[in-house]
Amino acid sequence: MRESREWTPQSIQTEIDALKHKPGALLPILHAIQDRFGFVPEGAVPIIAESLGQTRTEVHGVISFYHHFRTSPPGRHVLQVCRAEACQSVGGRALEAHAKARLGIDYHQTTTDREITLEAVYCLGNCACGPSIRVGNEVWGRVTPTAFDALVDELCTQPLEVIG
Amino acid sequence: MSFRVFVPRDTTALSLGADAVAARLEREAATRGLEMTVVRNGSRGAAWLEPLVEVETVNGRVAYGPVTPGDVPALLDSGLLEGNVSHPLARGLTEEIDYFARQQRLTFARIGITDPLSIDDYRAHRGFCGLEAALRREPQDIVEEVKASGLRGRGGAAFPTGIKWQTVLDTPADQKYIVCNADEGDSGTFADRLAMECDPYMLIEGMAIAGLAVEATQGYIYLRSEYPLAKQILDEAIARAEQAGYLGDNLCGSGRVFHLEVRLGAGAYICGEETSLLESLEGKRGMVRFKPPLPAIEGLFGLPTVVNNVLSLAAVPFILSEGAEAYASHGMGRSRGTLALQLAGNVQRGGLVELAFGTTLRTLMEEFGGGTASGRPLRAVQVGGPLCAYLPESQWDMPLDYETFADVGAGVGHGGVVMFDESVDMAEQARFSMEFCKVESCGKCTPCRIGSTRGVEVIDRIRADQHREANLALLHDLCETMVDGSLCAMGGMTPFPVQSALKHFPDDFQRTADGDRS
Repeated sequence: MRESREWTPQSIQTEIDALKHKPGALLPILHAIQDRFGFVPEGAVPIIAESLGQTRTEVHGVISFYHHFRTSPPGRHVLQVCRAEACQSVGGRALEAHAKARLGIDYHQTTTDREITLEAVYCLGNCACGPSIRVGNEVWGRVTPTAFDALVDELCTQPLEVIG
Repeated sequence: MSFRVFVPRDTTALSLGADAVAARLEREAATRGLEMTVVRNGSRGAAWLEPLVEVETVNGRVAYGPVTPGDVPALLDSGLLEGNVSHPLARGLTEEIDYFARQQRLTFARIGITDPLSIDDYRAHRGFCGLEAALRREPQDIVEEVKASGLRGRGGAAFPTGIKWQTVLDTPADQKYIVCNADEGDSGTFADRLAMECDPYMLIEGMAIAGLAVEATQGYIYLRSEYPLAKQILDEAIARAEQAGYLGDNLCGSGRVFHLEVRLGAGAYICGEETSLLESLEGKRGMVRFKPPLPAIEGLFGLPTVVNNVLSLAAVPFILSEGAEAYASHGMGRSRGTLALQLAGNVQRGGLVELAFGTTLRTLMEEFGGGTASGRPLRAVQVGGPLCAYLPESQWDMPLDYETFADVGAGVGHGGVVMFDESVDMAEQARFSMEFCKVESCGKCTPCRIGSTRGVEVIDRIRADQHREANLALLHDLCETMVDGSLCAMGGMTPFPVQSALKHFPDDFQRTADGDRS
């Protein structure tokens, strides 16, 4: 597990202070926190609210509105499968079913070994070369079930990244 | 002799292994002692040829594609560096490839030719000429030029861009904003992404011109979080443009000001709706606002704001540098200029096809697209995104024009064309439309929030043959309620694909979900 994922009130405050001067700072702050810790911890909510002069309800409301923000730690890799029409037309639904079966989980769940969190995504903008999936910041096109399995095997055997 | 080889770096090329191809080329060059530079250009937009490797020759660039890393040694053996075309992957001179030669690239004239981040490349291809022209003109003059071009909002609503700008110019305020809607959420569309990843300075220039036109000094690009590469490229391009004086406190030494920042969305489709987008930019839930007031009068933080799609803003540098007439001379009727069509889904030759308005879908899908990828007959096409109708074959000969499509209850939308072969189950597609609305509704109005949930249930009952006829009648009724009663296009247009499926593909609603087509 990445060491940087262990958040503290101080580290949350650091992220907030770097951005709170911006107009409409809440989304940039939430992105910064999730980018650093992998999720937005519940404990960050009162700190953000206090810093921005907003209520906890408002901050919570924003976090819960957007699909991208999560409030619990994801697996080592977040794997998104495109569910949208262009991918459907070239076997996206079958790939989706295969992904769930191969990983043994549904959307918004994490494999028991904490390797992969499965998410749905509605379009990765790779619509001429579907079905598409995204892992981290990388997109894969024309993903067959075989290619999916190979990618998952590779992801699960990658050495752990040691930070610091 | 030193060779220059081009390997694209847009999301599609990367998704098909372009990095590995570039690495293999460099390794082979080192092993063979070749003096070779690999340039990471943008994509030319022919997704079916990606990764499209090009080599510079005295006659122009020669193309090879789609290339895998394993093809590299044989390509080099066959004389790729000299532009030899004996290898089966050789496509000849890039500019002469039919797919490109038959397009009318006004907006996408540079993609794939340049290194997206090179300001020198951009300038060498008429980059910043529009901004320089705009700096010599009065705001009202710039607005008149955009009006005269006939440019209409390319995000889908097709509202005249110049008139929107006029409203903002006419509304006095200490601070005004230019907001670029880069929340390209419609499935089947990727032209915004290509513009941002392959020619980011074009968008930057368009936004700076918009700023000059309406006297706005701050711009935001609201970019969807699903586009991490576009974020990285735009951030870098903005930093370089500031450095070079094309953004910041002194545009090209004129003393005029325009600042630009990228803001990331967070996976909410509804934030492509302009008022929801503004709420999101303000740091709130992306709830749709009532209109009026128009964003042009009370927009971001309550101040006058231009909200334009990426492609609308990207068309502006051409209009300013080449003149409104050069743009308006393309097109038909009230649809002037070019449309960035995106061939997607089950298509043999998918990619970006920029053409003047007026082409038929059939020409596009057959002559450019080459039919389905599966080789099976084409059955339905969804044009314009998940909120637009599915079109049966009887509608493939209509010219692509805003009014013609609107007349039959269809939409051009953002130009996405998603092709489906005969294996498609249109009742399943209709169900998905409702399901998507259920997932993505902001929840503010009842027809959208509740209607979509009920829509999924009703379609499930129809597909399970429970009181089929009564439920079909209910579904028609529900669609009408959503169209008439929703606050914005999300709930108001979600029924369009459903209604079109019911109308043109009724048989698909007459069998059970797991049954065979008769």
